[in-house]
Order: sequence, then C-alpha cells, then structure tokens
Amino acid sequence: MDSTLAILAILDGVSYAALVFLVSVGLSLVFGVLRIVNVAHGSLYAYGAYVAATLSLVVAPISPWLTFPALLVAAVIVGVVVGGLMERFLLRPVYGREDVLQLLITFAVFMIMDNLQRLIWGVQPIFAAEPVKLLPNVSVFGVNYTAYQVILLPLVAAATLIGLRYFLRYTLAGAVILAVTEDREAATAIGVDARKVFLVTFMIGAGLAALGGALASPTTSLAPGMGADMIVLSFAVAATAGLGQIEGAAVTALMIGLSRAFIIYIQPEFEVLVPYLLMVIVLLVRPMGLFGVNRVRKI
Amino acid sequence: MPRATLAARLAIVAAIALAVALPIVMPSWATLITLILAKGIVVLGIIILLQAGQVSFGHAMFFGVGAYAVAFWGKYVGTGDLLLFLVVAPAAATLLGLLVGLFVVRYREIFFGMLNLAFSMVLWSLLEKMFHYTNGADGIRVARPTLAGLAFTPETFQYVLVYLTLGLVLIVAYGVQRYLDSPSGHMLRAIKSNETRLEYLGVSARRVLLVGYVISAFLGGLGGALVAVAQQIATPEFAYWTKSGEFVFIAILGGVANAAGAFAGSAVFEFVRFFAAAKLANAWQLILGVVLIAIIMFAPGGLIGLFRRDATETRR
Amino acid sequence: MSRALISARNLSIRFGGVVAADGVDLDVFEGENLAIIGPNGAGKTTFLNITTGYLRPQAGTVSYLGKDITALPPREITRLGIARAFQIPQLFLDQTVLENMLIAAAAQSGRISLVRPLHESPGRGEMEALLDLVGVRAYADRKAFELPEGQRKLVDIALALALKPKVLLMDEPTSGVASSEKLGVMDILTRALATQKVSSVFVEHDMDMVERYAHRVAVWSSGRIQIVGPPAEVLADADVRARVIGI
Repeated sequence: MDSTLAILAILDGVSYAALVFLVSVGLSLVFGVLRIVNVAHGSLYAYGAYVAATLSLVVAPISPWLTFPALLVAAVIVGVVVGGLMERFLLRPVYGREDVLQLLITFAVFMIMDNLQRLIWGVQPIFAAEPVKLLPNVSVFGVNYTAYQVILLPLVAAATLIGLRYFLRYTLAGAVILAVTEDREAATAIGVDARKVFLVTFMIGAGLAALGGALASPTTSLAPGMGADMIVLSFAVAATAGLGQIEGAAVTALMIGLSRAFIIYIQPEFEVLVPYLLMVIVLLVRPMGLFGVNRVRKI
Repeated sequence: MPRATLAARLAIVAAIALAVALPIVMPSWATLITLILAKGIVVLGIIILLQAGQVSFGHAMFFGVGAYAVAFWGKYVGTGDLLLFLVVAPAAATLLGLLVGLFVVRYREIFFGMLNLAFSMVLWSLLEKMFHYTNGADGIRVARPTLAGLAFTPETFQYVLVYLTLGLVLIVAYGVQRYLDSPSGHMLRAIKSNETRLEYLGVSARRVLLVGYVISAFLGGLGGALVAVAQQIATPEFAYWTKSGEFVFIAILGGVANAAGAFAGSAVFEFVRFFAAAKLANAWQLILGVVLIAIIMFAPGGLIGLFRRDATETRR
Repeated sequence: MSRALISARNLSIRFGGVVAADGVDLDVFEGENLAIIGPNGAGKTTFLNITTGYLRPQAGTVSYLGKDITALPPREITRLGIARAFQIPQLFLDQTVLENMLIAAAAQSGRISLVRPLHESPGRGEMEALLDLVGVRAYADRKAFELPEGQRKLVDIALALALKPKVLLMDEPTSGVASSEKLGVMDILTRALATQKVSSVFVEHDMDMVERYAHRVAVWSSGRIQIVGPPAEVLADADVRARVIGI
C-alpha cells in the first residue's frame, strides 16, 4: 500500500468514524440511562437522513447555503418529535417490564418506521449532495478530499463529544442524568424526576442518531436498509466500547472506522466483517467492553 | 408448568387438524403452512432460551447455517435427499451451537444478546461477501430434493414437505415440552429467577444453559433446512439480525409459556405477512409492528396467554 | 475433640477501607453448632461468602477435610458437602415451593434428566417430608414469590437440607420468622441437624438462640475473632457483653 492510499484510507476512516460516533454515542447514552437497547435507533438515523434530504431539496432553490441549517433542523425535528413520541407513548408504559419486552417494543418501532419510510420516500435511492458541493476540496498531503467530510464531520463529532462531556459534568441537567445512570433507585429516592430525565435523554439520543443521518445524507445515496445496517454497526461500536461509555465510543468509532477503511483498500470483501469480528474478540476478552466497568451483585 | 386444561388440549388437537386439512382444502397455502411450521420450530429454540431469561438477537445464525448446509450440499455435492438434509443441517447447526455456546453461556442478558448478535453478524458478513462460494446477496438456489430416494413433481412435493414438516413439528414440540418440564428445563427457569441459588445447589448454570443453547441451535438448523427447501433458496438474509429479531418477535407474539406459543405466533406472523403483502400496499411490517406493540402492552402472555387463566402477570 | 471439617487460616479481606477479616483462624468441628455473633458489618457474612467460594480472600486459606477449597466456586464447594442458607432467602421465585425442592433433589442426585418430568422425580416423597419438617408443607404448591418472608426463609433452609450436606452454613436463620415461632423452628431444625449428623454454623443476633442452640460461640468484631468458647463462658465475658450484646 503506498502512502497516498494510506492517507486516503485515514481520511475515509476519520470521516466515517465521525458519523458512526454520533450515532453510537446516542445509542450508548440511551442505554446508560434507560437500560434499553433501542433497536429503532438505526431508523432514527435513516429518518434524520431522509428528513434532511427532503428539507435540503426544498430550501436549496432559495439559497444553497440554507441546506446547512436544514441538516441541523432535521436532526432536531426527528430527535424531539419522533424520539419524544416514542419515549412518551411506547417506552414509558413498559419500563419495569421484562427486558425482552422493552427490547421488542423498539423492534416493533423499527419495523413500523422501516415500513413507513418506504411508503413516504419510496425505495428509489435519493441524492441530496448540495452541502458537500458547497464546501471546497482540501488537499491533505497531496490527497484531495471534500472539506465537508474531512473537516466538517470530524469537527461536529468533536464538538459533540466535548459538548456532551461538558453537559454531563458541569450542568445540573447533566449531573442529574449521570446520577440516574450510576444508580437509578438512589437518584429517584432523592427526588429526581426519572420520567423527565428519561424523556430528555431519549430525545438527545434520538437527536444524535438523526444528526448522524442528516450529516451522512449529502455523502451517500439514501435507500431502504440504511437504518438496519447502521443500528448493528453503531451497536458494535457501543458494545465494543462498553455500553454507556461516551469517550470510549469515540475511541472505538475511530478504531473501527480506520480498520474498516484500511481493509477496504487491502481486502475489500472483509469490509463488513471487521466491526463484528472486532466486537466478538473484544467481548470474549472483556464482556463489559474496552472501557466498561464490572459490577458485583450482593447476596 | 400447569397441566394443560381440557380447552387447551382441544385447541391443540384443532390446530393439528387444521394443519392437516388446510393444504388439501387450499393447495396454494401448502408452502405457507410449511413455512409457518418450520419457523415455529426455530422459535421453539428462542422460547427455550427465554425460559432462562436470555434473549438471543443472533439466533438466525443457526437458521442460516441449516439453510446453507442444504444449499452447499446442492452446490458442491449434488442433488440431495431430504432425509439426509434433515440430518446434516441440524448437525451442522448443533456443532456451531456447541462451539458458540461454549463462549456465550458465560454471559447473561445484554452481554449474552450482544455476543450472539456479533457472532451472527460475522456469519452474515461471510455469507454476503464470500461471493465465490456463496453467490453473495443473491444466495444459492436449492433444487428440489428426493425423499428416501423417491423423486416428486413440484405439486406432489409441496404436500410431501408440508406433512413431513408437520410430523417433525409434532415430534419436536413434544420433545421440547418434555424438556421444559424436566429438571433440566426447570433449572433453565431457575437461571432466570435465581442463578446464585442454582450454583449454591451445586449446579453449573453454564452447563444448564449450554444444554438449552445447543438444543435451540439444533432446532434453528432444522427449521432453516426446511425453509430453504420450501423456498428453494438460501440467502444471507437468513442470518441477518432482522431475521433473529423476527424469531424473538414471533416468540413474544405467541407467548413463551409453552411450546404451542411458537406455532400460534408463527401462524399469525406469516398469515399477516402473506395477506398484507398482497393486499395492503406492502404494509405488512407496519401491521405486524402495531400488533406486536398491542400484544406487549395489553396481553403480556402472548396469543396463547389469551386462552390461559393463569397467565395473569407474574411478580412485579 | 472431634475432627475439624472446615478450617480457615489467616483469612484476610478488606473492602476499600473496611476490614472484614484480618488474619482470622476458625475451625468448624464435626457434630457441632457453631454460632458467630458480633456487631453489624463486622464481617460475619463475609466469612460465609469466603467459605462457600462466593468471595476470594486477599490472604489466607479455607480447607475442608484437609482439602484446600479457597479457590473453588460455590457449586463445587456445595458438591463437597457444604450447603448454605441465606440471610435474604434465595429461592426460585417463579416456581412452586415443591418445584424448588425437586430442583434441589435433582441437583443433589447429580443426574439431571432432560426428559423425565420434574414432578415425577424419585426424591419427591423425601422432599415433601423435608417441607413437613420445617413446617411449610402447606405451601408446597404455591409459587415461592407468594410466600411471606418467614416462610421463604424456611424453604431456603429446606433447600440447603435437601442437598444432604455435611455442614450447613446459615445466615440469621430465624430473622424474619415471627418471634413466637422462632424457638419452635430452631428446635426442629437443630433436632434435624442432629439426627442427620449435619454440623452447622449460624450467624445470629438473638442471644437467646445462641445460648440455647450453639455448642460454641465465636465473637467476630472489627475483622477479628475476639473470643471462641462455650456460650455460657463467652456470653458472660464482660467485654463481649459491653461491645456485642450491648448490656
């Protein structure tokens, strides 16, 4: 592999990792607080992408630069509306029920959203590449790449990481969320309104998935199945990092993004295999994930 | 496990009679009924694991292995015999179940689910990308096999297959019910309610779970082989995570308290898919999703729970 | 003096800043009922956890009949003949009391059938007799979660007895049992232990119980054994009376 290909692989890996991080950190956050693996998380990603593309196509004729805020608006809409409705009306009634039922509710939502997506946007691929075209190409060590992918996406991911850290560590709302994550019973015992925490957390998590989708929308064609693929991938990242681990998700996303990118140039047929193989190996050695911590039950 | 009431027995007899009569009355449904029964066999395996409180979101790997065992036989060995397939495919799945099981039974709950998912996705990627051997996403066509050396026309074969499957279902469902009622089956439930006590009785919970896991893998392989023969194809989608989710879905839909739930759930699932796909503008997933939510919210015992008096929600 | 069944030597374990055991030596002799008393949080339950393999000590060993069992998991220690009843009863709550017992019987027999119905297990009569012995036969067909705490406690002890152990470790066996029934339960229990030649260790807070049923008493305080001896002697010790019994 020559150095140009290596640089290309690194750039591919970093921009891909940025998207995957956004989605998996949302999944991880939701699991950390609600203890639910949201199978419909990938659908939120897909909806973020489709809503962003739809909005972009509407605003682009007015001014192409409006497509950038459109991406953000799409993420907020999906996070607050779809995420909010889902938590309030489908998840809230099943808290405290068996894990499998909570999981299956989200699977049912996945099926419904997947079907609705086909009904609303059809099965033909949709392109809305406006934002990528607006930003110039940059040259990194002689390799040309879109600024959108190698500068904007990593910047958004980094800002999200820093923002989440700040939010959780230094704001009251964040501290409350962390308290619920650490010990739900103790937190509710001291008067934390767990319902509100769950709702807000879920909307943030859903919003992050949708943001990932919205940001991905200009770089790829949107088609059925994108949500189903993304949920397992983000799940692999979240599980490999350790569910609930935010910084860990960033490191793992980068690791998986880079190894996937390099594999594409070396042995392309193993591309999809990499994250899952990594996940199997890590979980066999450290079931709580690379950055997770173990807890012992008292008897 | 409470003894079956008279009504429950009658319902089971009626269901069997229906399965016998329907292919004759509605020949176009023969394959549909085969699929219902075959998937019900797979779901029995999910129900076994659910007794121990463990959800596998990767169980389709055994389903896929069963299907591909049949497909590979056709591709690399030649026309096979159905009886041979029904030995080879479950055997392959059982072997994989033992290998994977040795690892996954060390984990519980979300970790168990995740590891199963990871293993199944590894298999799926291999099936999808090892194009040279698997034809990738297109899958491998499965030729109509003989049965005990006899060749059949397509019309006759669908009857052969549906009644053979029904016979297998009766055997397998009886066997699984016996297993669930046995000390080993009760210990599986004990893993769910109090694994610590189980260990303090001198029992290896891992071994108990491994037995259940291997049996469920066997059932997955058997169901996979039957579906591959019925649909005459094996594709990577057989091992994809949505298929695993579908099996868990059917288990919850039907009810996990006993073996009958697997087939009740499977019947509803496949019928809704069959009719909604044809008549309701491809909204079958949507309809099934809504049905599932309704079942979880309002009938936690699943469909068979609706007919059981003691299915009121247990503890908490 | 009869032989030692369980011998703990130099056991030490601490949880953060809390010292639960600090160089503890303690023997459990064949045929005796050994009571362990001491203030809350002194490490009494930790001793049971270490002896049964649930926790690994940071230093020291536990041996059973001369065999080192320190590193063994609970199930293997249980199979050697050390059974345990818990402070918080550990039952299979979704199954009936009889099913709980039959599971224990199957575990004890070592042959766990895959096909014979649990309810047709050969040990059924014996298990019903055990439930009778501890006085919960009437609950046999009730799901364990339906039972009141005191009754669960008795089932928990019956489960341990079903294993036909050599030694039974009990963590506050009569806490949760109505005080009017405590003596009756302990009478039956100690008599059963004697007839079946089961030695026992019980962690206890009720000094009446200790005085009546223990052959020896060990006082566990600040991670150490302060004194071991016959109840009359130990309970008369001024220091013990002040620090443990609180008189």
